[in-house]
Amino acid sequence: MLAFELLLQGLVQGSIYALIAVGLTLVYGLLRILHVAHAGLFTLGGYIGVLVTNATGSLALALLIAMPAMGLFGIAIYRTCYQPLLGRPPYVALIASIGLFIMMEELFRLIFGPYGLSYVAPPLQDPVGILGVNLKQAELAAMVGAVVLIGGLAFLAGRTRIGTASRATVTDPKMAEAFGVNIARIRDINFFVGSALAASAGVIVALLNNLVEPTMGSVPSYKALAIIVLGGLGDLRGTLIAALALGVIESFGTIYLGSFLDRDAIAFAFLIAVLMIRPQGLFGKA
Amino acid sequence: MAYEITLLTAMGISVIFALSLNLITGFCGQISLGHAAFYGIGAYCAAMITKSGLPFPLALAAGTLLAGVIGTVVGIASLRVRHDFLAITTMGVGFLFLGIVRQQDFLGGEMGLSGIPGSGLSKAGFMLLVLVIAAAAAAFSLYLKRSWMGYVFDSIADDEDTARMLGIDVSRYKLSAFAMGTALAGLAGGLYAHNIRFIDPDSFGFVESITVLAMVVVGGIGSVWGVVLAAAVLSVLPLWLQFISDYKLLLYGALLFCVMRFSSNGLAGMVTALAKRAGGRP
Repeated sequence: MLAFELLLQGLVQGSIYALIAVGLTLVYGLLRILHVAHAGLFTLGGYIGVLVTNATGSLALALLIAMPAMGLFGIAIYRTCYQPLLGRPPYVALIASIGLFIMMEELFRLIFGPYGLSYVAPPLQDPVGILGVNLKQAELAAMVGAVVLIGGLAFLAGRTRIGTASRATVTDPKMAEAFGVNIARIRDINFFVGSALAASAGVIVALLNNLVEPTMGSVPSYKALAIIVLGGLGDLRGTLIAALALGVIESFGTIYLGSFLDRDAIAFAFLIAVLMIRPQGLFGKA
Repeated sequence: MAYEITLLTAMGISVIFALSLNLITGFCGQISLGHAAFYGIGAYCAAMITKSGLPFPLALAAGTLLAGVIGTVVGIASLRVRHDFLAITTMGVGFLFLGIVRQQDFLGGEMGLSGIPGSGLSKAGFMLLVLVIAAAAAAFSLYLKRSWMGYVFDSIADDEDTARMLGIDVSRYKLSAFAMGTALAGLAGGLYAHNIRFIDPDSFGFVESITVLAMVVVGGIGSVWGVVLAAAVLSVLPLWLQFISDYKLLLYGALLFCVMRFSSNGLAGMVTALAKRAGGRP
């Protein structure tokens, strides 16, 4: 019974990791940039979610506002921050991104205050029984939301013209361009979709903890990096599996290894162990 | 005078720490996002030794050695991964170090170690020791840069595959860079522990790793003078900026971002560009 409960908790956590990491993978696949500031959009998405829900009482409206807003913000970040750095060595964009992330966290603290915000009347808090284990509706929503959003994304990537163009650009940008793919637009779309997903994760995490705070993006940010590396960098399916696996491993690990390692260290111990055996990640091609 | 001594000591330790990362990231081109772990290993090791009553020089040496040994082990592990994978692996090493230290009661856990004995030197004496070591580290870096090993490091940083094709034992040189860099970080950590005389896991976290990377990058990857200057300025900047303490980190983030965005070769790159402009077209 405990095992089943831990498994469910792990899957809930893993779903959230997946929503954040998918955006990072999209960006990495296209531009080979480790986009740390992605987690800043996750945090801002959470803030917008709480503020809109508190103002209007509608969580759906909050999601409808937060996701496209963060999507546009993502495009703005790409255009102003990353586009000029594309020809530089990879560490340049990485460090610029870290600088940007620190700035964003500080701005959140200065604007929204250091103690964070909560929902006045947090929605979706009733328990739901699944095979004898009680989950909050919000936790169930996190899992369902992740499945729907990422499933939809996989469908778009696999079955539509724009998805095909995007995959072609990932494989070989120059060749794709020669075949008439508008690369600039593909990059915009990827940033939009990835950032919107991060915003949805922010709203959901705010719901689970009933709290948004300036630093809530830090840990997910670094873990999402670990996840996309585990997933083989730029591989959507691998990222999803790695995110869920990491969620489950953490939830079991905290119980059985908690006296020796803390939660974050378990994730990275797993990461290092995997990389030593498969340096290209779990699902990466050598 | 006491204020200046404190300032110079902190500056000197930062310079040593930044130079240690410069050996790995600057000279050999291996990016590390977890360098603070080795600073921490040196600090914890040295602190445990002086706390058990053994002399300060022994503690410094042991901290250096332990950090270097663990650094070599991490180096062996990271030979398997490159580029972005290496960056994330080293970040993982940093978090692993924190995670382990936090759960160990004999290392003070979350609370850290307090009451670390002093070095036995006066404040000015300790400052002199730090500055002498910092100068020695800078001199060693300059010497290394001009040596055969420095040229090999350069070639590995530039193009690892070509270096390997030319018959260079890339793994061995990468390991040397890791061993030297992490040992020097351990030395800096030992000095830090006996300067502040209190250490906790948060002093060696991800922010610290990024801060030292920022010093190397802002100074100009691989440039000894640039890194020394950047480390000196960036380490005291937060103290000078006390009056805007609320915006301190904001400014720091903006600085990192702007240097990368507008002059990715750092201070050294800026100076070179200015000198070129002043001297007419080459």
